[in-house]
Amino acid sequence: MTANETRVPITSEADIVTARQTGRSLAAELGFQGADLTLIAAAISEVSRNIVEYAQRGEIVLQPANRGAARGLCVVARDEGPGIPDVAQAMRYGYSSRRGLGVGLPGAKVLMDDFDIVSKVGVGTTITMKKWMRSYAR
Amino acid sequence: MRVPILKQRDYLIASIQSVLSDADLLQLRDDLSQRVGQYRSRGVIIDVTVLDVIDSFATRTLRAIAHMLRLRGAETVIVGIQPEVAFGMVQLGLTLEGIGTALDLEEGLAYLDRKAKRNLHDGK
Repeated sequence: MTANETRVPITSEADIVTARQTGRSLAAELGFQGADLTLIAAAISEVSRNIVEYAQRGEIVLQPANRGAARGLCVVARDEGPGIPDVAQAMRYGYSSRRGLGVGLPGAKVLMDDFDIVSKVGVGTTITMKKWMRSYAR
Repeated sequence: MRVPILKQRDYLIASIQSVLSDADLLQLRDDLSQRVGQYRSRGVIIDVTVLDVIDSFATRTLRAIAHMLRLRGAETVIVGIQPEVAFGMVQLGLTLEGIGTALDLEEGLAYLDRKAKRNLHDGK
C-alpha cells in the first residue's frame, strides 16, 4: 500500500455512494473538471454496485495516475467474489446475468479512458480503470 | 435520507435534497406509490437537480417509478437533470423513454398541466 492510496471498503449498497463521492472529490483535487467528475463518479458507481451485487464485499482503491506527461486518476475495484465465468459476455452491452440493465461494466468502460478486467472463477475480480486529464479551457 | 414529498393541487412534488443511496431510491418509489393513492394525485414531479450522478440503478428505478405511477393513474415528470449528468447518461446509453422530462420545476408543472388538458379533450 502506497501513501497516496485511498481505500473505500464496499460491504453494502450505502458504500456505493461513499465510493463515488470519495472518487469525485479526489478527482477534483487532482484537477479534473466539469463533466469528467460526473463521468468518473458514475463509473465508480457502476463497478461498486457490481461488487455489492455479485461479491457482496470488496474495495475501491483510488490513486493518482501518471503516464509520461499525462496525469489522471486510477480506480481499482477488487473483490474476492465468485468471479465472472465469461468476461467477454459480461462486457457486452445489455447483457446481465441478474436483474440489471446490463449497462454496468460496459458502461464504466465507456466512461473511462482505460479499462482492464481480470476475473477468475472462485478467486475474484479486479477491475483497473483510468481517466486522463484533458487540458481544460480556463 | 428520505425524500420529502409535497402536495400541490392534484400533483405531488418529490424534491430530492441530497445524494441518494439505492435504498433511498427504493423508499421514494414506495412512498410515491402510496401517496398517489392517498392524495388521489394526477401527476408527480421528481426534482433531481441536486443529483450529481444518475447511474444505471437510478435510471432503472426512475423508470420503474414512472411506470408504476402511470398504472396508478398519475403522470410522472423528471425535472432538473444537470447538463453533466445528462452527458454521463448519454455515454452510458441510459434513457428515460416513455417518461416526461422538463428543465425545472416550473416547466414540470406546465408539462403536467398540458397533459391534464389533453386528457380532458380526449375525454379520458
